[in-house]
Parts: sequence; structure tokens; C-alpha cells
Amino acid sequence: MSREKSFHVLRTTVALIIAMLAAFAVIFMVSDTPIESIRLFILGPFSKPRYIGNIINTAIPLIFSGLSMAVVFQASQFNMGAEGIFYFSGAVISLIAIWVPLPVGVHQVVIILAAAVIGALIMLIPGYLKAKYGASELVTSLMMNSILLGLGSYLMTRVLQDPMASNGSYPYLDTAKIPVIIPAFKVHYGLFIALLCVAAVSVFLYKTKWGYEIRMVGINAKFASYSGINIVKTIIIAHLVSGAIAGIGGSVESIAMHTRFEWNGLPGYGFTGALIAMLANNNPVSVIYAALFVAYLSTGADIVARLSDVPAEMSTILQSLIILLIASERFLHSFKQRWMERGIAK
Amino acid sequence: MEYLLRMENVSKIYGNGIVANKDVSFSLKQGEIHALVGENGAGKTTLMKILFGMEKPSSGKLYLRDKELDINSSNDAIKHGIGMVHQHFMLLDSFTVAQNITLGIEPANHHFVDENAAVAFTEQLSRQYNFAVDPRAVTGTLPVGIKQKIEILKALARGAKILILDEPTAVLTPQETEQLFEELVKLKKQGYTIVFISHKIKEIKAISDRVTIMRAGCSEGVFNTSEISEQEISNKIVGWKIDTSIHKKEHAFGEARISVTNLSYYGGEKVPILQDINFQVKSGMIMGIAGVQGNGQVELAEILTKSRRVESGSVKINQSDIQSMTIKEMREKGFGYIPEDRQRQGVALTAAVNENLISNKYDTEKFCNKGILKKKKISEYARQMIAEYSVKCSGENGRIDGLSGGNMQKVVVARECMEETKVLIAEQPTRGVDIGAAHIIHQNIVKLRDNGGAVLLFSADMAELIKLSDVLAVMYEGRFVAYYENLSEITEEELGLYMLGIKKQDESQIRRMCYE
Repeated sequence: MSREKSFHVLRTTVALIIAMLAAFAVIFMVSDTPIESIRLFILGPFSKPRYIGNIINTAIPLIFSGLSMAVVFQASQFNMGAEGIFYFSGAVISLIAIWVPLPVGVHQVVIILAAAVIGALIMLIPGYLKAKYGASELVTSLMMNSILLGLGSYLMTRVLQDPMASNGSYPYLDTAKIPVIIPAFKVHYGLFIALLCVAAVSVFLYKTKWGYEIRMVGINAKFASYSGINIVKTIIIAHLVSGAIAGIGGSVESIAMHTRFEWNGLPGYGFTGALIAMLANNNPVSVIYAALFVAYLSTGADIVARLSDVPAEMSTILQSLIILLIASERFLHSFKQRWMERGIAK
Repeated sequence: MEYLLRMENVSKIYGNGIVANKDVSFSLKQGEIHALVGENGAGKTTLMKILFGMEKPSSGKLYLRDKELDINSSNDAIKHGIGMVHQHFMLLDSFTVAQNITLGIEPANHHFVDENAAVAFTEQLSRQYNFAVDPRAVTGTLPVGIKQKIEILKALARGAKILILDEPTAVLTPQETEQLFEELVKLKKQGYTIVFISHKIKEIKAISDRVTIMRAGCSEGVFNTSEISEQEISNKIVGWKIDTSIHKKEHAFGEARISVTNLSYYGGEKVPILQDINFQVKSGMIMGIAGVQGNGQVELAEILTKSRRVESGSVKINQSDIQSMTIKEMREKGFGYIPEDRQRQGVALTAAVNENLISNKYDTEKFCNKGILKKKKISEYARQMIAEYSVKCSGENGRIDGLSGGNMQKVVVARECMEETKVLIAEQPTRGVDIGAAHIIHQNIVKLRDNGGAVLLFSADMAELIKLSDVLAVMYEGRFVAYYENLSEITEEELGLYMLGIKKQDESQIRRMCYE
């Protein structure tokens, strides 16, 4: 591994350790039994098969959102639209899951493909506006999130809402659901879909000409355009792929973890996805590890919240801290300098 | 106190791992002109940036009058009487001369900037040092020679006693250079100490008292200029003897590959940036474009490479109008371009060497099948190019930002000078590149020409232009003012006169010659 790469790993690790230490500090402040709480936080997630399954199930949507973000980030596009797409694709495919009777297998495939198309089409809007007119994709995608939330709520209250349920849509048909693999762990088959997406994105980014174009545009758009790469087309492709993955993520999460549509607001996967992509340095395979780690943290935080006197918000604080540390370019800069110097002195 | 200033065992390693200085010692005597000489990339500028507080040394010490100095910023350096004039001027184009000179030290009148005092101050300064400048002129409209004077005055206004000039003659014509030298000698007589960074040996012999020679980040020693010959300096700079002669095949030129007709360009200005340009570059021909920076060369190159629009007139590459083509279509017709700014346009810095080598051909049949890249073919090709151009790198998968400037440029040239390349636009192809790399680049440009390619060469290096070009045009204020079909009759002095606009050839004659 090159020193440059080792440095990224090192910086990520140090950021994570600092964030953990900060979490411990918070626990010490709010908890009457801090040692016990910390033990629960660190070891709790591994104490029962159900908890381990929970880590994996929590990681699955994060893998989708992390991948979705990694693709646009690779093209240097800071699009936060995955958030809205997760929610909205979940709402739209509920129509199919509730009212379109299809045989098992076909039903799930239709739902997932429909979600991919919806996600891609939605992303096309900020993508096209950016590529063609230079409108900031960060702003348009955040605005789109609000619009999608509004549209989703409208769909929910006017169409999906089950008058018998307190807060949710009509139940999904049994044929639409994604089943659990091993009952003890409760891990569902969405895991395989997520891993398949990781493999597909890996191949797409590193082995195809479109991936090459996306990466070159991301590294240096001036260089890409001078080389003859069509920037408009490339930015749009990156957005389409990213949107499709986010759409798939939203649908898989809906039909695997829920029996009806019950999101009342944006689920937050998109923003966590940005964190995951950053932790993974936008590498699709590393997204898996980053997602598992964040899932582990939030499972730990949940357990602590349930079994001790520490609030669940701690997990949010932790995540924000990690983003902050990873995102600060200059973090550990002087250390990097010395580390490089030593590498050369050898 | 023999020395005014000493730098002892200074080393500098950059974050990307490049060793810019290694154990360099450097000293200045009061009132001398000290030349700091070496190839591009030998570490001259870095050493001076350390002295001027722009870079922190990784190790080593600085002494001013035998007292240890701790310089953390340029402000510290200025406080100690050290001033620097950078190769790229640090002037605000929209400001007047007086505003630029008093920037940051503006004379104030009740917290408001006192413009009149600034002008008076500038006038007094220009009288004191005998530098004729108009304090009220807008800086952007002035020629580079004057801008340089402003930079020097700026440093003097801030109390500089030690003046560092980074390649001051690079942008000047021979006449302007001569004038600068006279002024430097006057400053020296007034007790100023001057560091003169250059890689031109003739100039060093002409102006300096002592010379420190640098090579590959190390000092090769300090010498009294009168006691060392030009040949000795040259050998120490390169470290070995190098044959940089170029042999061009004698042949007749073929059909026109680049045709520019009645090209004028305003780019939103009232004054034309390019006016009525006509020329043809034929198969097997290298056409050189000379001119002082800022006379329309950059705009011409940008129009030919589609970063600027054709406003009036026409540009044809291989008989097709470039307005109706995308860059991709031009490239498919064998169009190559070595851009002036390799870091910003020529490479993708954090991508691998092989990825940088294929950016103009990654989707050809050779490297791509139904959208899937042929990794093996790409690696093979990259290794072949690395060997052919002797690119020093850790391997084809290593990141290109780990390479030195010269090796990075070799990658750019290797990518652009393919067998399929029929038209090449080369902008400053060897700027900031060491002699060895420059030679390889020259050889390959000539090889392209020998195989029937048409090359348009923009360069600020007159020796390079004269060495490579078959025909040569001089640009001044957006026009061609001279055209040579036979380069053996050119002298640098005469070129200088055309570049400054003092001499002009007959326009209709130029037009006839370069568009027959």
C-alpha cells in the first residue's frame, strides 16, 4: 500500500478513535454507571445473534445510500438527493406492493426495477440542471428532497393511508416481501442485493469506459473536457446510476423491514450515506465496511439507550463528529508531512 | 561579519514526497549580485521561498548578520528586509500602479486611503531608484517589463535590502533584459543585495558577482563568476554532458492541416485580441509562434483547441471547420494538444499514470470493447510509453502527482504525440522541464513532424522556437508582424525588435507568405 493510501486509512482510524473517545466522555457525563454503559455500547451489539442480525440489517440501506453517494462523489458532484429518493421510491413502490398482485419473485423484481427507474428519473433533474446550466446540484437536490417529501406525504394521505391503521399504509401483499435468510439472525435477502450492487458499481466505476469518464471528470473536469470526454453526458450518467441505486435501496428497505409504508419523514439514509462514502473514500468495496461500522455504532447506541440511562441521541453526535473529522482536509496534516518525509528518508 | 546572510544545511521535503532541497547551504555578501542557477526543478525557487518565508524548511538554519533567524511568513521576511519578485507577478490588474505599490501599506488620512499621498509616494520612489513608471496608469494595461519594475518597487517600498528575483528575464525581450540589468547594477551600487535566479548562463556571466549552482535539490557549490567558464557552469548544472542537437528530415511539406482564415477575436473587449490572422500549417511542418506573453498567443491556442469560440473568420483542421465539431470528433481525426498548464489541464493529478495516458483514446477499439476497458492492453501500452519516454515513476499504476514536472510532461507528450496524431498544438511544451526531458520532448515533436504531422508550436523560449520550427511567425498585439520561411537568417535581437512591435514586416507580404 502506498503511503498516500496508508495515510487515508490512518486518518480514518484516528478520527474514529477520537469520535469514540468523545462518545465515552458523553457517557461519563450523563450516565450514573458509565463503565457498564460503555461495556454495553462496545460489546452489546455482539451479545445476541439478534443484535448481530440487527447490525447487518441496519447496514443494508446504508450500503445502498453509501454507494449512491460514492458514485456522484466520484464525479465531484455533491448531490444529496439520495435522501429524498429513498423516501419517495419507498412511497411509490408501495402502490405496487399493496395493489398489484404478482407471483413471488416476479413481484420483488418488478418493485426493485420500478424503484431503480424512479430513482434514476428523479436524479435526472438536478443532474441535467447541473450539467447543462451549471445549477448547483447541492442546492437543487436539497430542494428536491423537500418536494419529494411533500409528494410522498400527499400520496400517503390521499392514497396509501389505511384508515384502520393508526399511522401507515395498507399492508403489503405477502408476495412482495423480502424474506429473512436465517431466522435466528433475522438477516434478510436484501443483503445479497446490496452486495450485488457493490460488485456492479465496482465493475462500473473501475472497469468500464463510463466509470473512467466519471472518475476523470471528478478528478479534473478541465482535463476531461480537453481529452474529449463529454462532461454533460458523464455528469448525467453519474446521477442516473446514483439515483437508481438509491431507489433500489429505498424499495429493498421498505419491503424487507416493513409490512406497510410507514415513513412519516425523510428517513435520514441519504445523509448517513454521505458519511459512509466519505469514510470509504468513495470506494464501493470499502462502503460495505463503513456501513457495517456505522451500523455497529448505532446498534450499540440503541442498546445503551434501551438498557441504561444514556440517550440515543449520542449516536447522532458520534456520527457528526466523525464527519467533521474526516471532512477536515487539514486534519493530521503536519503528521502526514512528517510521515511522508520519513518514507523518503528510508 | 563576512556574510550578510547564511542558510545552512537547508532541506525541504513536500507533502507529496518530492525532495526539493537537500542539505543546501547558501550565503550572501552585502552589496553583491548573486546568481542562483540550475535547471527547472533543481530547487532554486523552493530555496528562495524558504528564505522569503513562503515555505517552511524541513530542517536547516537561517542566519542574518550571524544572528539566527526564525522566519514563519513572508511578513517576517519583509520585516527583516527581504523582498521577493515572483516569476508570476503578484499584481492586481485593475489597480493603478500607485495602488499596487502601496497595497497593504496605504498612506491613510483619517482611516481613508489617501490616493494623492500614494501617488506622491510612488513618484518619489520611482525618482529615487530611477525606475520610470506612471503612478496613475492601470496595471493591467502595462507591458510585462513595466509590471516587473512595479514588482521591484513594491519590494523596495516595503524596505527590502535583499531582493530576490525569480527568473526575471523569462518574460522579457532582449532589450528589456538589458534595461533591467542596468537598473540592477544601479541598485547594487546603492548597497542592495540581489539574488538573481536564472537558468540562462549568458545572463549570469553578464550580471552576477558570485554564482551558486544547484542540481537535483543539492548545491553544487558557490563560485566567483569571473573565475568559472560558461562551459563549466553548464556542466555543473546538468551534471553530465548532454547532446541536445536535433536532426530534422529534409522534406517537402504536404497539404494544409491547419488553416486559419481572417480570424479576429474580441472576447468582449473593445480592442481586438486577435486581428485578421491568416496562416496554414502543412503536413510535415512545424510552425513556431513567437511573441511577448499577452499578445494573443494564448487566445489563439484556446480558439484552436475550442476553449474559446470562433467569433469571425474560420479555423479548419484537416479541412473540416472546428465550429461544427466536438473535441471528441477533433481528437478522432488525429488532433493532439499539449496544454500550457499541465497541472490544471494536462493531467488528472490523483489518477494513475496509465489512466492519464489513455484519456484521449480510452474508448478506441484498441483499449475498449463494448464499454469494458481492456486492462491488459492499457497496462501494456502504458509500460511501453513509460519505457519509450523514460518516464521515472513507480509503475503505471502509481499516481501521477508523485512524478516530477518533467516526467509528468513526458506523460502528456506521450499521450498527445501518437502515431495517429496528424495535427499537434504544443503550448510551452518544455516549460519547467529539465534539459534531459526537454530533449526527449523535442525529439518526439520532431518525429511527429518527420512522419507527416503538422505542428503549431507556441513558446516563450526563443532557442526552442529556432531549433524546432520550419517557419516562424511573430505575434504583436494580436497580429502577425513578422514571418520567416528561412530560420537561418534570424537573430534573437531582430526577433526582439519584432516582439516589441518596434519593427514590422509588410502585412500583405506576411499574408501572402503564410497563406499560399
